[in-house]
Order: sequence, then C-alpha cells, then structure tokens
Amino acid sequence: MTVLRAATVSVRLRPRSVVAGLAVLAVALGCALLLLSTGDYPLSPDAALKAVLGSGTPADAYIVQELRAPRVVTALLAGAALALAGAIFQALTRNPLGSPDVLGFTQGSAAGALVAIVVTGGGSLTLAAGALVGGIVTGAAIYLLAVRHGSHGNHLVLVGIGVAAVLTGVNGYLFTRAEITDASRAMLWLTGSLDGRGWEDALPLLAVLAVVVPIVLFGLSRPLSALALGDDQALALGVRVTPVRVSLLAAAVLLCSAAAAAAGPVSFVALTAPQVARRITGDPGPNLLSSVLVGAALMTAADLAAQRLVPGRDLPVGVLTGILGGAYLVWLLAARRRSSLGGRS
Amino acid sequence: MSPVLSRPPRRPAVLLGSVALLVVTAALSLAVGAKPMSLAEVWSGLVDPQAPAYTVVREMRLPRTLLGLEVGAALGLAGGVMQALTRNPLADPGLLGINAGASAAVVTGISVLGIGSLSGYVWFAFLGAAAVSVLVWAVGGGRTATPGRLALAGAAVNAVLYAYVSAVQLLDTASLDAMRFWTVGSLAATGASATLFIAPFIAVGLIAVAVLARPLNALALGDESARALGARPAVVRAGSIVAITLLCGAATAACGPIVFVGLLVPHLVRPLTGPDMRWLLVVSAFVAPVVLLGADVLGRVLARPGEVQVGIVTAVAGGAFFVWAVRRTRAVAV
Repeated sequence: MTVLRAATVSVRLRPRSVVAGLAVLAVALGCALLLLSTGDYPLSPDAALKAVLGSGTPADAYIVQELRAPRVVTALLAGAALALAGAIFQALTRNPLGSPDVLGFTQGSAAGALVAIVVTGGGSLTLAAGALVGGIVTGAAIYLLAVRHGSHGNHLVLVGIGVAAVLTGVNGYLFTRAEITDASRAMLWLTGSLDGRGWEDALPLLAVLAVVVPIVLFGLSRPLSALALGDDQALALGVRVTPVRVSLLAAAVLLCSAAAAAAGPVSFVALTAPQVARRITGDPGPNLLSSVLVGAALMTAADLAAQRLVPGRDLPVGVLTGILGGAYLVWLLAARRRSSLGGRS
Repeated sequence: MSPVLSRPPRRPAVLLGSVALLVVTAALSLAVGAKPMSLAEVWSGLVDPQAPAYTVVREMRLPRTLLGLEVGAALGLAGGVMQALTRNPLADPGLLGINAGASAAVVTGISVLGIGSLSGYVWFAFLGAAAVSVLVWAVGGGRTATPGRLALAGAAVNAVLYAYVSAVQLLDTASLDAMRFWTVGSLAATGASATLFIAPFIAVGLIAVAVLARPLNALALGDESARALGARPAVVRAGSIVAITLLCGAATAACGPIVFVGLLVPHLVRPLTGPDMRWLLVVSAFVAPVVLLGADVLGRVLARPGEVQVGIVTAVAGGAFFVWAVRRTRAVAV
C-alpha cells in the first residue's frame, strides 16, 4: 500500500485499486469517444478528438461540441454523481439496499418534476428545478422521520421504502392527471434519458460536482469509513457522528437530485456502481473514488448500448440501466446465496 | 411471536366485528359516488327494478363493490400466506414483485400480442405472477432466505420489471394511454365482467389457503417439528406459491398492481387474533376488503366528481402506515 501525503490530506492507494480505477476510467473514456464519433453523422475517433480540441472542420466541431459533447458530459457526470451518492448511502446505512432508488429520493425527484410538468406545464428548466427541490425535500423528510432512533441503518432503509411507496402513489396520481402528451413526456423523463441534453443541463451538474466531490473525497471520506463500522466505533475514533452524518446525507441528496435534474432518475446506477467497485477493487471500504469512476463508465456504456440496441429507436438510458442493474443484482443474490449480503438485520 | 399466545383473545368477537365492519364498508361503497345516495335509496336500487337508482346501483356500483370484496380478500390472504411462508413481516405481493411480474406479463400481452380483453390477459397475469414468485423465492435463498435478502430480491425484480414496463410503454404510445390507468391500480379499470371472470380463480385460491392454514401453523415451528406433526414442508411451500400466484394473478389482472393491502392487513389482524394462521387468515379475508373498499371510497370522496384510483390511495396510506410502524417498533429487521 502506498500512502500519498500533501499537507494534512493523505490518500491511501492500494495497487489493485489503482489498476482497477485506471481500467474503469479507460472504459468510460473509450465509451465517451465512441459516443462522440458515432451517430447519424459518423466521424473517425481521430476527427472526433480533433473536434473536441477545436482543430477539426467547423461542421465536425459543431456536431461534436454542441450536439454530442453535452450529452456525453451529462452521462459521465450523472453516472459519477449517482454512484457517489449510492456509495455514501450504502456506507451510512450499512446495507446494500440503501441506495437512492430504494430510499425514495428518486421518487421524490420524480414527484417534483411531475408537479412541474403537470401543474405548471413548465419547460426543462422548471422540470430540473422541480426535481432538485423534490429530491432535497424528500431527503430532509426521510432524515427527520428516521432520526428519532439513534442508529440509522435499518430504520433509514425501512422509512425510505415507506416514503418511496407514498411518493409512488403521489406520482401515479399526477401521472393519471396529465394530458397524454405531458404523460409521455413525464414517462420519458421518469425513466431517465440523455436524449437532447445541452450544455444547460451539463454545466449546472458540473458545478455541483465540482464543489461536492472534493469535499466528500478529501474531507468526509475517512469519517465515513469510520461511520461504516458503527456509531460507537466512529465515536471512539473521534468522529463527530451527527454533524458528519448530516453533511454526508446532504451531499448525497444534493448529488442524486442534481443528477436527476440533468438526466432524470436513472435507476440502479447508484445501487450497482458501489457494489461493482467493491468487487473489482477488492476493498471492503466505501470505495468512493472507484465508485465515481464505475458510475461514469456504467452510464456512458449504457447510453452507448441504448442508442444502438433497437435499430432506428433511441431507447432511453434508464431502461437499460434498470434492466441490466436489476439483472446484475439478481445474479449477485443468486451467486452469493450463502453470503451475508442483505442478511444483516 | 406475540404475548397473545398465552391469553387467548376473544376471537369469535373479533370475527363478528370484522364481518360487521365489512357490511358497513360495502354499504358505504354502494352509497358513495359521483351521485351520493341515502342507504334507503341504495337498498331500493338493489332490490326494486322499478327504483330510479336501480341502474346505477346494480350495473355500476354493485360490480365494483363485489370486485373490491374479491380482490381485497385475495390480496389480504396472499399477504398473510406470504408472511407465514417467508417468516418475513415485511412480505407483500407488491414489495416482493409478484404484482409487478403480473403487470409486466399483462403489458406484454397488450402491447406485443395485441390482447385487449381480461379473459385473454388473465393468463399472462398468472404466468408473470408464478414466474416472479419462484424467481424471488429462489434468488432470495429458498429455505435459507432471510427477510433482508427476500426484500432485496424483490426490489431487484421490481426494478427490472418496472424498467421493462416503461420501455414497452415508451415504444408504444397507443398502449400507454390504455395502460396508464390500469398500471396504477383501479377498481374501475376493467368493468363489471372482471368480477365474474376472476371469481373461480380466487375461489380456488381461497380453498387452497383454507387447506394450507393448519400446515402453515406447523411450518412456523420449523421444518423438523412440522414433519413430526405430519406436514410435508415441500408440499406446503409449493401449495402456498400456487395459492399466492392464483390470488395475486387474478387480483392484478382485474385491478392492476395494488400494493400494501397484503402487507397491512395481517399486521392489523395479528394483534387481535394471535399468530394462529386459521384465525389470522379468516379474519384477514374480512378485514382486507374493508381496507380496499375503504380506500376506494376515500378515493372517490377526495376527488369528486372524479376519483383517485384505489391503488394510489393504498400506496399513500399503506406507505404512511409502514413508516409509522417502522418508527414504532425498533426491532424490525430488514
């Protein structure tokens, strides 16, 4: 194990984690380059790269920089944000079920966005704002409902399942109230889609990530590892449990709400990415950085596959992540029937 | 399980009370609607072909109330059997993905094969419910399943099927319009014929549950003790899955996926009857329709002259109850 130190910050690097992280990063960037260079107007990867750097032809530059790059950047960032949120939740709840999909944040974002669509009939900016507000309000509500009990793991998950059910009902109601055109637009958004993303979607997400990710990775990563061992151990290690937990929850809620605002509540990335990261790095800890990379790679790979899967039809990315992620989880459960996964009670 | 074991409660009184409650709720369900009626009007509408209310009551409200009775009982019993079978207090046909399995199969039938009638897609509902019952049970670890693993398996299966249903709806806007009311769960989605059509399936499910009640009691003591008492665990489990499939499949085909009734009702009933499955299931069969019809009446009162679909009311109310129950009991394990 190598330890890098810079002032008060130190990062422990395990060789396997570094290799795995670099490999995942290569997959993410490879998919991104493929997404940039393929489509109705095919480019060679070389030309696509030139266009990104601004040295290609004006036509190439327009297609790559204005049409394809925002979508690819949104995919990378939304995947990273969802994965980091998932890794935080799963470590805090000490439960592989503790992802935003199960805890109800996704449904909260969806409710906010549906209100924006159905009630105000607003455009994509209103929708994104609705998703952000919905996710944050839901996060606060779940925390307040679960906080009564000192230990948070199971209660947070169970309260989340209940809140998710309530919100699913509310969403169903809003959905039946909608005009049919609004309903199919809402359906598309609810599934999670990257179709037609512009820089106005990518840049706010980038801004959120630029602030939150460094804080989490460098400031909160070690207290989170301590919290993942249990409140008592964390206290013994000198972690101020409540403020740290509240900051981490706030960061995670912000991350998944921002991702939902940009790309819709893409399912299962938050649930699977941290688990994939743990399997490839072999590190039992929260694996924050590797989760971020796996999330970005998963999302770009899923978008690439979704665009190519049904010829002539642009399947939304959320359909693919839902089917693949769920299937992965089913396989994981079947393969590790005798392991402790999900059996902690 | 519960301290009630040591002091037998007044079970016959509980049973009578639940029957009375059901009669009141059914009457309410007939009386409340876009045009509210007095009970006298409802009665004359039921029995007198000359009465002005006859058409509304006999043709529109009665089938809906009967459907609620049937589906409610089916879901309550399925929930009770499921909770006993998995020894999981959180088991629910909705949470474990059984309803979603039936929905996915029905949506496939509607969209891919163009099947438009209940008599056509009820078979899809059974197929989907059966496949998911077996899948969740197997993936969750079979006999070694813990409540947490089953819930995780259910969540995974639910999410896959949800994504699949969304994909079908997205690729086929015409069927989206037909399906969006059915997929939230409603007693009004399929019309009067549904009541009669699913009755035989639910009747068979009921008989199976009646036969299974005593062996399920034995199974609660563990496989060894159950065998000593003359029950065959494998047969009981297989029979329970068949019963759950029939009940949930028929209910979902007629009304769409309705969540939480199966979770809620055994929890409401257990403190009154104790853990004996025979009493628990009988009382559940009466209380579950009270919950479902009550939710349906509430949905009609809330959004008059329109209505909030019953699946939405049960999801909101059931979810809130679930949160309350979790907050109240510290020791519920995931």
